[in-house]
Amino acid sequence: MEVGVEYFAGVSAILFGIGLYGVFIRRSPLIILLSVELMLNAANLALIAFARYHGETSGQVLALIVMAIAASEVVVGLGLVVAMSRRRAELDVDHLITLRK
Amino acid sequence: MTYEVVFCVATAVAIASALGVVLSGNPFRSALWLIMNLVSLATFYLLLNADFLAAAQVIVYAGAVMIMFLFVIAYLGGSADEPARDTPLWQLAASLLAGGAMVAEVIVAIASHTFDAGPQVGANFGGPENVSVPLFGTYLLGFEVASVVLLVAAVGGVILGARRPAPREPGAEEPFKPRHPQPAPPRELQTAVMEAETLITPQTRSDR
Repeated sequence: MEVGVEYFAGVSAILFGIGLYGVFIRRSPLIILLSVELMLNAANLALIAFARYHGETSGQVLALIVMAIAASEVVVGLGLVVAMSRRRAELDVDHLITLRK
Repeated sequence: MTYEVVFCVATAVAIASALGVVLSGNPFRSALWLIMNLVSLATFYLLLNADFLAAAQVIVYAGAVMIMFLFVIAYLGGSADEPARDTPLWQLAASLLAGGAMVAEVIVAIASHTFDAGPQVGANFGGPENVSVPLFGTYLLGFEVASVVLLVAAVGGVILGARRPAPREPGAEEPFKPRHPQPAPPRELQTAVMEAETLITPQTRSDR
């Protein structure tokens, strides 16, 4: 079996699908953040696979920037979760509906 | 041959640990599964000649970011657990449909296209020097914007996590005593500052 770029893209799609499923099905904001991390990493894998396929490192640069963005997303998300728990709000995204009212 | 074996093992670990992240009920276990997933992705990066990114993935992601996650989960304790409630069947079906549609879409797209083996690359294809030249050249603006986003996120994290002080009563003692006492500001200025403080500090907060 010749492992080409299509196998890496397939694995990336499967990981992205699992992350998407997690975002939809879970209620704890922490696990939703973890699932978003999973999706960002799946996108990174596709970027790096196609960087190798085209033989240039632009995709790797983009993946590096995605890592920085993911780190800032985690900081803000965890700050929100800590602020929620400090207000003694239940950590359940189904209860955070103030903006919908 | 070794390449294929490593790929298959890394794929199995990556998919199993991703399922562990999504299906595990305990957030701490989810985070540990995600660390395993990130390490198996670093293996993929090594297979794709992205040596520098594999190192960055393990150090920055599996190291720093996930440690921060674990700290917050440990800080929250039991309140971080998943709310115990049954998921409605239609939500389960819709989530499976959305995730499955994503996977099917990409698999149909890559199956309808034939990929050649790609160009041969040298041993230092993904080394730091080959990554840094476009990073600090062609994509310098993106690099700078990413650094500004990181700064904004750091400031935002501090603001979100900081405890605001309780509003002071007029005439209450100063929170910080100056080492060299200075003449007190006029009374009107003091009351004006305290009124302004009550405007920016929500009165409803009871935590200190």
